Amino acid sequence: MIVLRNVTKKFDGPNGKVTALDDVTLSLTSGELLGITGPSGCGKSTLLMTAAGMLRPDHGDVQLMETYHPYELSPEQRCRLRAGLVGFVFQQFHLIPYLTVSENILAPLLSAPQKNPERRARELIRQFGLEDREDHLPSQLSTGERQRTALARALFHEPKIIFADEPTGNLDDENAETVLKHLLWYVSTGGSVLLVTHSARAADYATRIVKMKSGRLLM
Amino acid sequence: MDIRRLVAKEILHRKVNYALSVIATLMAAASLIGAIVLLREHDARTSLILSKKEAELEVRMDRLQDDTRKAMLKLGFNLVILPEDQNLAQWHADDYSTTYMPESYADRLAASDIMTVRHILPSLQQKILWSERRKTIILMGTRGEVPNIHLSPKQPLVQPVPQGSLILGFELHRSMDIKVGDEVLLLGRKFAVKKCYSQRGNKDDITAWINLKDAQELLNKKGWINAILALECLCVDGNIDAVRKEVASILPETQVIERESLAVAREEARKQVAGEAAMTLEKEEEGKETLREERERMASILVPVILLVCALWVAIMGFVNVRSRREEIGILRAVGVSSRRIFMLFIWKHISIGILGGISGLLLGILFALFRTGSDESVSLGAVGSLAFWFGMAALAIIGASFLAVIAGWIPAMIAANQDPAEVLREE
Repeated sequence: MIVLRNVTKKFDGPNGKVTALDDVTLSLTSGELLGITGPSGCGKSTLLMTAAGMLRPDHGDVQLMETYHPYELSPEQRCRLRAGLVGFVFQQFHLIPYLTVSENILAPLLSAPQKNPERRARELIRQFGLEDREDHLPSQLSTGERQRTALARALFHEPKIIFADEPTGNLDDENAETVLKHLLWYVSTGGSVLLVTHSARAADYATRIVKMKSGRLLM
Repeated sequence: MDIRRLVAKEILHRKVNYALSVIATLMAAASLIGAIVLLREHDARTSLILSKKEAELEVRMDRLQDDTRKAMLKLGFNLVILPEDQNLAQWHADDYSTTYMPESYADRLAASDIMTVRHILPSLQQKILWSERRKTIILMGTRGEVPNIHLSPKQPLVQPVPQGSLILGFELHRSMDIKVGDEVLLLGRKFAVKKCYSQRGNKDDITAWINLKDAQELLNKKGWINAILALECLCVDGNIDAVRKEVASILPETQVIERESLAVAREEARKQVAGEAAMTLEKEEEGKETLREERERMASILVPVILLVCALWVAIMGFVNVRSRREEIGILRAVGVSSRRIFMLFIWKHISIGILGGISGLLLGILFALFRTGSDESVSLGAVGSLAFWFGMAALAIIGASFLAVIAGWIPAMIAANQDPAEVLREE
């Protein structure tokens, strides 16, 4: 599903260049929930963004679905690739504040059309137990409901890979468990999840765990 | 979910930002429409005032022309009646007739019921050598006026020269040092100098006037004259032909020449009156034109400034909007929404700002026009512009305001479209 080869990424810091990813090589297969753990600032989120085709590495190669090299594509082609292949879940949910739950779930339609989008949205609403919140705005939801909505949105296009950046970071145990169970269910259907977390509990749900420190993977 | 729905929902969510942008485009459109309407209204009002003034002046001019005509008619004009066979070229060259007609013609004319000819003066005039003084002079024999028996008596214009008397022109008495009271010999006859004229600067300066009978005897033309002067003749609107015909019917063996006509003066007076009226109108028009130019100049400075300020305001609102939507743009870009669609998301919003602002501005412009025209019943909304004009204004307001809003929103939209989603999402 995902292969990263010798990926290096540096950022400009106040005291010179900061190496966020240092010669990282990693692969993720179908049906795998790969947990990336490590302290804050170790490069977990950078790894996720780079793997998702959103952050061009300075060196190295990223390959998706054994076919696509996102950084060899134009930005617009990369956009289309993301629209068809990947979904995102973030710690901050990133829901669009003026759209209702169902409209947020339907937001990926702006990137690519889909057959029977309303039916698909209803399925997801039911699956994530949001029937009573369908017409609510994000500000009217609990944090758990917000994250479930974000997860439903990530799954709307039936992506092959989900990139989850601290999806349980703002959730209580109960809601965190619900989200993680949904991710597990998704993996069981053949999807892949790259889960970035510093929560040991979340990491327990991973089928494989990789630790990071100072931009390097600790095998 | 489509882009228009997203735009509509966002507008409803951030009403204040949207309303402020719409107000800015409204002000831009209203100032543009207002300036055009103001100038058009000024034109309509000016044209109305000018046509009113024109009509008033026309009446006043007609009255003045009529008064002038009447006044000039009272002055009349001068005619010279010459023998029919007199060569006019010769007459103009010599300034006196070389052919003759009976003196009784003057009496016949005076006895006729002619109403147009007044002050009839028969004369015998000839260039002669004043042998005693060795000078060439013009000898003018005149008997004074022949009274017209059908007209009420008037003060005679010219007093007759008594027999044995002589009146001398300036050059004659000056060069020969002759004074009033002197006795002089003229062609062997003694004459007492009755009057010495001051300089006139014409042939009168070398003319000697004596009584007609004396002149006839001296020139051996007894009972003959060679001209009848008809002074202060009356005619309607300078129609000299009518007078000619009237004289010809009484004196068929003569010809009538107009001399130093006052009809010309009358025509000139009429032209002057017309000129004055035209100048008054022109001045009025100039004044209005100056006012219009001032207003136009002011509008040409003020309107672009307002447009610029409004465009800047819309642009600032656009930047604020982009800034507050960074997270939203980031997630949309992450789920695969292209930068072109993100750009269009903002441009559609600015188009809607432009359309709404343009329509509101147009309505405000119409209200302004109604307010302006309502203050003066004589200037209607229709006078400011036809239906086509108002359609043009609607198109200008809506298209112009949309253009302004899109231009103002272009850079913020570009910034939004080129936002790096990874950076935004990492920051958030």
